[in-house]
Amino acid sequence: MTIDEIKNVILEIIQDIDDEADFTNLNPSGPLRDQLDLDSMDFLDIVMELRKRYQIQIPEADYPELATLDSCVSYLMPRLKAA
Amino acid sequence: MPQLSDEQRIVITGVGLAAPNADNLQDYRSNVLAGKSGVREIDLRYIGKVPAGICTFPETKYRKRKENKRGTRAGCLGVYVANEAIHDAGLADFSLYEHKRTGVYIGLTEHGTVETENEIYSLSQFEYNTDFWSHHHNPRTVLNNPAGEITMNLGITGPHYSIGGACAAGNAALIQGAQMLKLGEVDLALAGGISESTGSFGIFASFKAEGALALNEDPTKACRPFDMQRNGIVVSEGACLFVLERLDKALARNAKIYGELVGYAMNSDAKDFVLPYGPRQAECMQLALDRAGLAPEDIHIINTHATGTKQGDIEECNAIRSLFVNCPDTYINNTKSIIGHAMGAAGVLELAGNLPAFKDNQVHPTINVDSLDPECALDNMVTNEPKRLETVNTILNNSFGMVGINSVVIVKKMTSA
Repeated sequence: MTIDEIKNVILEIIQDIDDEADFTNLNPSGPLRDQLDLDSMDFLDIVMELRKRYQIQIPEADYPELATLDSCVSYLMPRLKAA
Repeated sequence: MPQLSDEQRIVITGVGLAAPNADNLQDYRSNVLAGKSGVREIDLRYIGKVPAGICTFPETKYRKRKENKRGTRAGCLGVYVANEAIHDAGLADFSLYEHKRTGVYIGLTEHGTVETENEIYSLSQFEYNTDFWSHHHNPRTVLNNPAGEITMNLGITGPHYSIGGACAAGNAALIQGAQMLKLGEVDLALAGGISESTGSFGIFASFKAEGALALNEDPTKACRPFDMQRNGIVVSEGACLFVLERLDKALARNAKIYGELVGYAMNSDAKDFVLPYGPRQAECMQLALDRAGLAPEDIHIINTHATGTKQGDIEECNAIRSLFVNCPDTYINNTKSIIGHAMGAAGVLELAGNLPAFKDNQVHPTINVDSLDPECALDNMVTNEPKRLETVNTILNNSFGMVGINSVVIVKKMTSA
């Protein structure tokens, strides 16, 4: 997967959680939580959806790696290489 | 009636509802008077096509789609009707009553069945690997879920919980709300019932296994209490919440008062898992009458619980027959024939359908009575057409449930304080 493809996957999952989410001014290096009004249950939704789609197991200790769009890409890139 | 101080008299000052044939009281009243059925055919996982009552209402009027998705159908219904009720009462700004002095009491027949069935179905797509079991399952299935979703939405910080009372639950929660006001535990109560049961194939399948699921080529004719051709229950979703206040406060703010809850009672059959028991239902009605200080002949409308099962309808008619002797001013109807059986919401939705009778003096009809079962024949049954009375001052509302639970409420028109 490319960087853009991974970004699109994350945004698509967030869109599915909240179809009114507005990505227009999203800062990729800023916290997703603050910008998109996400809470811990939403992040668990993201983790679950990645598990369902790509069979990735993300341990709880790694959840902070999903804080921003950029950090999501960095974390997921090696794990989605073959996807 | 027994002399109570105004602080101990409980009145209904707001109504919010979602029924299979309306999403507000005015339309609901018009439709029950017209006998306009809200039952249609649905196609549900495993069970297939069945008649059911499904509600159409503005689901995002008071809550975002994201929150509806996270919560339950019962929560979605609850948030809508709670907001409608509190707006109807003119209390939505919480300037008179504090959030911490407000209680939410929700009657449920069951809860969590829909969510668990959905989760297991989802899990089956992943070879039953529990790593794919949702983190949403717990908060969605705790028994206080619908009441809790309402408190989160409205910022209510007083008590909230569910009253599990099978199909007697709506009335039971209404009684609970009144009792908490009388005890001084809260100053404002949102009380009623909610049903999301149409989302569960298991509910339909279980009624079918008991020989108690209504089937008819025309879904609007499937629910037919008292009729010879009745063959079971039509499962419906729905919700109805009442705003309850103490009379002194309601009068002081010049509130619109739908009626006073003058009598109520609950008891248990102590007999059977599923079969109802008329003699105990009669005792329950008598207890409610005693508490109200009323005689049977003082009741103008008996809104029956009858669900359209062979034995259940006869049991209730026998109970009414034993108690309401020589009551020429007492008329009998049934709301389920029009909206189906809204389970935990049934008692309160059915009461709401009759409350406007205090204003329009009409008794809405029981529909689908083409051939009255002689064993269900009672004096003054209102069938197929509404009946206009000289005056309607009292409504007795029956609601009974499985494992032998009975609840009766009596509401009286406010004529003078």
